[in-house]
Parts: sequence; structure tokens; C-alpha cells
Amino acid sequence: MNFINDFGISVFGYSDFSSFIIIILKILAIVLPLLISVAYLTLAERRVIGLMQLRKGPNVVGPFGLFQPFADALKLMSKETIIPKEANKFLFLLAPMITFILALIAWAVIPFDENNVLADINVGILYLFAVSSLAVYGIIIAGWASNSKYAFLGALRSAAQMVSYEVSIGLIIITVLLCVGSLNLTDIVNAQKNVWFAIPLLPMFVMFFISVLAETNRAPFDLPEGESELVAGYFVEYSSMSFALFFLGEYANMILMSALTVTLFLGGWLPIIDVYPLNEVPGVIWFIIKIIFILFIFLWVRASTPRYRYDQLMRLGWKIFLPFSLIWVVLTAGFLVFFDIVPKSI
Amino acid sequence: MKFKNIINDLKKYFLIEIFKGLFLTLKYLFKKKVTINYPYEKGKLSPRFRGEHALRRYPNGEERCIACKLCEAICPAQAIKIEAEPREDGSRRTTRYDIDMTKCIYCGFCAEACPVDAIVEGPNFEFATETREELFYDKEKLLANGDRWEEQIALAQKIDSPYK
Repeated sequence: MNFINDFGISVFGYSDFSSFIIIILKILAIVLPLLISVAYLTLAERRVIGLMQLRKGPNVVGPFGLFQPFADALKLMSKETIIPKEANKFLFLLAPMITFILALIAWAVIPFDENNVLADINVGILYLFAVSSLAVYGIIIAGWASNSKYAFLGALRSAAQMVSYEVSIGLIIITVLLCVGSLNLTDIVNAQKNVWFAIPLLPMFVMFFISVLAETNRAPFDLPEGESELVAGYFVEYSSMSFALFFLGEYANMILMSALTVTLFLGGWLPIIDVYPLNEVPGVIWFIIKIIFILFIFLWVRASTPRYRYDQLMRLGWKIFLPFSLIWVVLTAGFLVFFDIVPKSI
Repeated sequence: MKFKNIINDLKKYFLIEIFKGLFLTLKYLFKKKVTINYPYEKGKLSPRFRGEHALRRYPNGEERCIACKLCEAICPAQAIKIEAEPREDGSRRTTRYDIDMTKCIYCGFCAEACPVDAIVEGPNFEFATETREELFYDKEKLLANGDRWEEQIALAQKIDSPYK
């Protein structure tokens, strides 16, 4: 036991074994529901898009097709992992892991409820921003290590796109931070007690959502995987579980970005109106409802919009979103200073 | 002209068209679906549907085919092979009637050529097999098909008869 305690201290910085176990349990309590929701997000996507196209979507496996994700998982796991002969084996296998792990670790700072967050750090939003920027590495490495032209082109596109839209995402986040005066996500949610930022910062909210679509490589910005010209994008050469990890990572990223949108603009765990029956509902439930709403919009947009062309995508990112978000940063800052309502902690 | 441009730009910046599209798809979300749960539900077939072949019999059990070989002659894929000789009672019947279903193009000429409505294309379209050999139909198989689908074939012929 002493050995384990020492191990805990030296590696994880925890002074006793029980708190080490508790932190592991906390992580599991976040990761397991997350993985299950990723599985069901894939089903939800197929069902929602199906319904919007007057189809029914998968409805055969289990009641209402509810066991479909498990059937898919079984299928993926029983496939053979194919590593191309020319591929760089180490990086080829590392890339999906990076993508998947990055999609998971970002959840550490997302507050699910008042005082219900794994790591309540003061630079939470910076941490999130850093992690989501690192996601580009998974893609670039995958594209490069596959040693295939389609994968490489897909990776380049993907990287360029993510980098472009991160700029405007950064500026939009700065606008929110100006209104809060803190980088802590819990503080950001608490600052929305009176009014959600989606209302005073509506254009920012819309732009943020669109940038998030681009950041997660979702339709209408899914050209990194443009089936018609690139087969599948940066993960063409992947199969079996390594493909599944990319898939999980992509969908976990979608959920993460929805959670970020909810935290920044839709008041996190706060109820819609602070009146009696609504404010008795646990914050986690509100948080989940809002995430589901945003995810539905993700799917809705995918069912409605055609894919952007590459130059259109770049034009939108650099020539429209960047100046607009910059102007809004200046406007918001000017407004706050002019009316002398700058949050105290700045 | 300039005013129109401004309106267009405003429309762009307020994402009017995008929202229009979004609400259209939202409307479709609640519309009646067109999916047929295939193995459990099946779509309606036209009486002229050209599916799996069958050789029919008269109600007294006598086979209709008189071995005129018109179907063999007209078959553009040359999928039909017939051999015939007079039977003991003097009537002319086939001794062999083979259809190679892998050659057949389901044009329905054989059924059209037949003077006695013996060879027909029935309503069955689910006759996939595991081996290629099973698709070389012989007379026995075709007659069995006829017995199995007679009801539906007769009904389809009756419905379609005014148009023949």
C-alpha cells in the first residue's frame, strides 16, 4: 500500500491512495458516459439525417435501432487492422490515439454543474483552446504517415481549415472573456446568471457555431473528407479500431465543442429561466439538454447544406469571420469601457 | 441597382437563405417517410412485372406448353433451350425446357411470343441462389414455379388482359 501511495505521489501528485482512486473514478464517470453518447450520436446522426431525407434510418437492430451502435462497434473491432506497406508504422498508429485522447482530455475542465468539474483551473478556456489546436497534429500525422496522396491532401486541407477557423474562434472567445473577466469556465457560466451571452453577443454566437462546424470538419465544411474527390480524407488508409478511434475522436470533438458552445453562450448548467420548477432540475440535466440541442443543430445543418468549395471556405474564414470577430472584440471592449461596466477582475 | 446590392448583402449577412434551407429540412423531419421496411413490407408490383419465369398448366393439370419453340426463337439472350417429341397420346410436348437465368435479361419476349400463355414471367423477384448452377432452371423447376405462383399469375393476367 505504501508503495502505491508513493507511486501516487510521485506520478500523480496525490498524497494518499483514496484520493487517487477517487480521481480515477471521476475520470471514468466522465469518459464512460461520453463514449456511450458518442456511440448514440452516430445513431442519432443517421436517424435525424434519414428522417430529414424522408427515410427512416437504421431501425432494425434492437428497438428503434437502439443497438445499432453496438453492432457497428462489433463490426469495426472484428475487422483486420491494415497497415500500408509504405506507411510509417509508429506514427500511423499514433495518430488516431492522439486524436482520440485529445478529444477526451479536454473534458477535464468542462463544468457540468456548480462545483462539479474535474479540474477547476483558472486558465480553463486557454487549456481548451490549446487542446483543440493540438487536434491538428493527429490529422497531419495521420495524413503524412499513411504515405498516400489522398490522405495527405485531406490532412493538408484539414489542417489549413482548422488553423484558419481557430483564429476567429480565438477572437470570439476573447469577446466572451471581456464580458466575464475570467478564464475559468465556472466563472464564465456564473457570469451568465442574468442573461446568456447568446443574447447580447448573438452575432458572435452564430459565428462561433459556424467556426465550430469548420473546426470539427463537419458539413458544410467537411471538405477534408470530401468523398467525391478525396475518397475519405486523412483517414482513407485506416481500418478497424484505428479507424474507429478517428471516428470516435471526431464525434467526441463534436460533443466537446457543443459543450464549449453551451458553456460560453448558453449558460452552461443554468436553467432556461430561474423559476421554481425549472431551477430544481439538476444542473447536469440542463447542461445535457443544451448539448443535445446544439448537437441536433450540427446534424440539422449537415442535412441541409451542400459542401463548401475550398476557396470559399478560406474566403469565409479569413475575409469575413476574421474581420467581423475583430470588429466585435473592439466594439465590445469599447462598449464596456464607455459605460464603465468592465468586469472587476480585469 | 445599388439598393438591390445592399439588400442582397444584408440577406447574405443575416444568413436568410441558410435559415430558409434549415426550416425546409425541419419541415421534412416531420413529414411522412417513404421507406418500406423491405423484408417485412414489400412495395406494390405492377401486373406487368417481369420476375422469375414459370411454366403454367391448364386447370385440369395438363401443361400448356406445346413446344412451338417461339420463345426459344425470340429470346434475344438465347437463354432458352427446348427439345420436343410427340407424347404417347400423340400430343406434342417438350422433353426438355431449360432457361439459363444467368443469361436471361428479363425482357419478357418469351411470354409475349407464347401462343398458349405457357411461359410467363411471374411476380417473384426473390430467387437469389447460393450457387450459379441453381440458376440453370429446368422444366421441372419451371413447372413447380408455375404451380407455386399460379394464383398471382392468373390474377395479373386477368388485370392486364384489357391492354393486351
